[in-house]
Amino acid sequence: MLFQPAIIALLLASAVSVLMLAAAAPYAWQLARHWDIASGSELQLRLERRTYLLSTLLTFVFATQLASLLLFIFNADKMAVMFVGAMCAVGTLNANAWGFPALFAQIAVFFMAAVWLVLNHVDTRAYDYPLVRTKYILLMGILPFVVLSFALQLAYFLNLKADIITSCCGSLFSGDAQTLAADASALPPQPAMLLFYGALLLAVAAAIFHARKLRAAYLVAASSAAAFVVALTGILSFVSLYVYEHPHHHCPFCLLKPEYDYQGYWLYLPLFAATAAGLSVGTIQPFARVPSLAAIVPQIARRLAWVAALGFALFAAVATFMVAHSNLILLKD
Amino acid sequence: MIKLTNIRKAYNQGQHNEFWALNGIDLDIEANKVTALSGPSGSGKSTLLSIVGCMARPTSGRVQLAGRDISGLPERFLTDIRRSTFGFIFQQYNLIKGLSARDNVMLPAYPLGGDWRALHERADMLLDTFKLGHRCHAPVEWLSGGEQQRVAIARALINDPLVVIADEPTANLDTVLSREFLSILESLKQQGKTILLSSHDSLVVESSVVDRVVRLRDGHLPEAAE
Amino acid sequence: MKTWIGKQQALIDFTLSSLSRRKLKNFGLLLVYALIVFLLASVMLFTHALRREAALVLKNTPEVIVQRMVAGRHDLIPPGYIEKLGRIRGVQHIEGRLWGYFYDPVVRANYTFMAPTAGTINEIQIADSEIVIGAAVARERGLEHGNLISFRSYTGKLFVFTVASVLPHDAELVSADLVLLNPADYRAFFGIPADHYTDIALSVANPQEVRNIAAKLSETLPDARLILREEVLRTYESIFNWREGIVLVLLSGSILAFAIFAWEKASGLSAEEKREIGILKAIGWETGDVLKMKFWEGALVSLTAFLLGYVAAYWHVFHFSTALFEPVLKGWSVLYPRFELVPVVDGFQVATLFFFTVFPYTVATIVPIWRAAITDPDAVMRG
Repeated sequence: MLFQPAIIALLLASAVSVLMLAAAAPYAWQLARHWDIASGSELQLRLERRTYLLSTLLTFVFATQLASLLLFIFNADKMAVMFVGAMCAVGTLNANAWGFPALFAQIAVFFMAAVWLVLNHVDTRAYDYPLVRTKYILLMGILPFVVLSFALQLAYFLNLKADIITSCCGSLFSGDAQTLAADASALPPQPAMLLFYGALLLAVAAAIFHARKLRAAYLVAASSAAAFVVALTGILSFVSLYVYEHPHHHCPFCLLKPEYDYQGYWLYLPLFAATAAGLSVGTIQPFARVPSLAAIVPQIARRLAWVAALGFALFAAVATFMVAHSNLILLKD
Repeated sequence: MIKLTNIRKAYNQGQHNEFWALNGIDLDIEANKVTALSGPSGSGKSTLLSIVGCMARPTSGRVQLAGRDISGLPERFLTDIRRSTFGFIFQQYNLIKGLSARDNVMLPAYPLGGDWRALHERADMLLDTFKLGHRCHAPVEWLSGGEQQRVAIARALINDPLVVIADEPTANLDTVLSREFLSILESLKQQGKTILLSSHDSLVVESSVVDRVVRLRDGHLPEAAE
Repeated sequence: MKTWIGKQQALIDFTLSSLSRRKLKNFGLLLVYALIVFLLASVMLFTHALRREAALVLKNTPEVIVQRMVAGRHDLIPPGYIEKLGRIRGVQHIEGRLWGYFYDPVVRANYTFMAPTAGTINEIQIADSEIVIGAAVARERGLEHGNLISFRSYTGKLFVFTVASVLPHDAELVSADLVLLNPADYRAFFGIPADHYTDIALSVANPQEVRNIAAKLSETLPDARLILREEVLRTYESIFNWREGIVLVLLSGSILAFAIFAWEKASGLSAEEKREIGILKAIGWETGDVLKMKFWEGALVSLTAFLLGYVAAYWHVFHFSTALFEPVLKGWSVLYPRFELVPVVDGFQVATLFFFTVFPYTVATIVPIWRAAITDPDAVMRG
């Protein structure tokens, strides 16, 4: 199974990311230890130049992670034809125990990376680079997750056997199965919709409130995280049904297929962007107390809060549009 | 306007060829005046110019620009200050070959990302003041030495800096062109620019345009001059 | 935002002029880069087009084919066999088929002889002594509508047919070698007794039920071999992907060589280029600005090379029939004297190709670019 172009590409990208971060780690460690902004010594000048390399490398690694997250799902979808019982990405990811963990690890790395990049941006705006230590220690914290993501991907692809009979979205997301995903999709549409719009409304409101009054940053982060989870649940439990116009087809991936005009991207892109922005608002909040960041953090947080608010609102609007345009009727009034 | 306190600058720090180019410089540079650094080559003139001009950071000591301590700033912010405050004229002119005179003049403004059309107009205006309007599309390597220097001066002025720094500006010019340069300096001074230059050309050092001469030797200021 | 755009515009402007000032050096890089894209894109476009042709072929085939085996060999379906299947739930349609291969010594190629069956693309009525032929057959034998052609059958008897029509060009792989004739002619030509068939086709409406039906069939008919369409599709898919993957692995040497080449180009800056970057830094460009400028340069070069290579590969595959690697990649089924693939461009493939070309290029150039960008601003003053 390894000799598939997309699999080679994914593993290559993942391995290069790990290698790059691993190569950067000693420098990050050195930066965290010897950084002294007040010094004019040549060591400090060298470290300063190195921060440019590290930021560039990381931006690149994280862009790669984002691209490979998309490619990973795309590939899973394409490979469905090779597994008995698989109709879409769900079946492929289910072909062994590593598929979904690999996907989740990649999503986690994506969010960590996004938050790190925001932190990096904040730091370089302040004249004394107050977050250098925090940043590079955090970076060393992200490294294990990138390694884990690579390891899970490798395990997943190495263990793929074409003759495996897998179960696809039909059985995984049916109300009878005993999984978390099944619980989510078994949620009856009415409470699911209430929860869905409630959580999104809260996230949008918190973000707008923060953008205007610069308060409740942690609420923005928490409500964004909650909105992300609830939004995925909502997609499973009712949005997908309306898109497929089928009362039992709960699937978060088929939405991305050309058969459904790639509608899923309109849902997922704003959702991921909004969640990343919302999480970042909370992450940079503690640094508003640093004197040189006192003016910068609110300014950036405000912009991020707007991104989160617009993203969630767009997501809700797209989902509503899909529901309204569907011929399926789930709720009778 | 610019105040230097106990500036020291080392190269190859911690290695066997460690070398201190500047060894404790205290200097005040007044606004709106022409200050000349003079001294033999290797005395640290260029290093001092690069520290004043935010091109390099001192190994120790403080640089204050209009009361603000800028010696500890990282490169990103030093560059920011440099772009808006200083214009540089180099001994070798340092124009980019293959680019037209006008493109060369506009280069320092690129990272600022201002209005593209306004930038072109400003460059043309500057070239006109230096009587280069007719050559604005010519590649710089086609220009004569004097013209090249005038392009370099126009380039130094494109971001409308407060301070103009010139490193050995007349080293490659004959007497006529040197006098012409001094008259340009005079007009810049009248526009209210602060000028700092290094030179060991007596024509410049003894010129009436220069308000103050600072003598430098082995990275020291031997005595407070004039 | 406006200043940001203005800045990028200025940087791109400078990048373009800087690229054009070093035409020769950049042209070499561009050429090698485009060549790599061309090679990889050719492989990918070709296999993808084959895969699609295969899918097209299979789209019109029945979900299940039943062949009768005698002593482990494929045998004719005797009369009464179809009735033995009886009624199976979920099966829409059962039909005996007549088809087989015929070797034509004149052009040394195999044709597929087939009697048209209901419910397929070949659902046409053909009169006695008439045939409908595929485009490749027509081309090889120089046939047109209304011409006469004779084939010597395996019994030694000469049969003369009139060409009723030639099948359309599109999806040539599906029909290129096809010769259609009516069942009576078919039986006479191959000497197959009446009521015998070569195999049985079953169409099933719900794809989920195919496996259950197959299980039932193998119980009722222990001497039957069942061929499921989804199995064939899966096999094709993995064979093509595997082949494509192997070729890519073989080409990985050249990707690596290219990455090293790019690395060397990026780190071996000429004295002139170093001086330029030094000047830029001296007159107020920041390390980040130089990095951005260099990345614009990389993006422009990559995009140009990618477009050039991809368009060239597209022509190579779809207009010149992949002249360069046909022997390596095709190798399936009989001779196809000349066949043209239906052009397909797939976003997924483009993304994968991007990963194989632009990604290594970027990885190879990051460090050299950074090295160039950190030139000290006062370097030009120190001479």
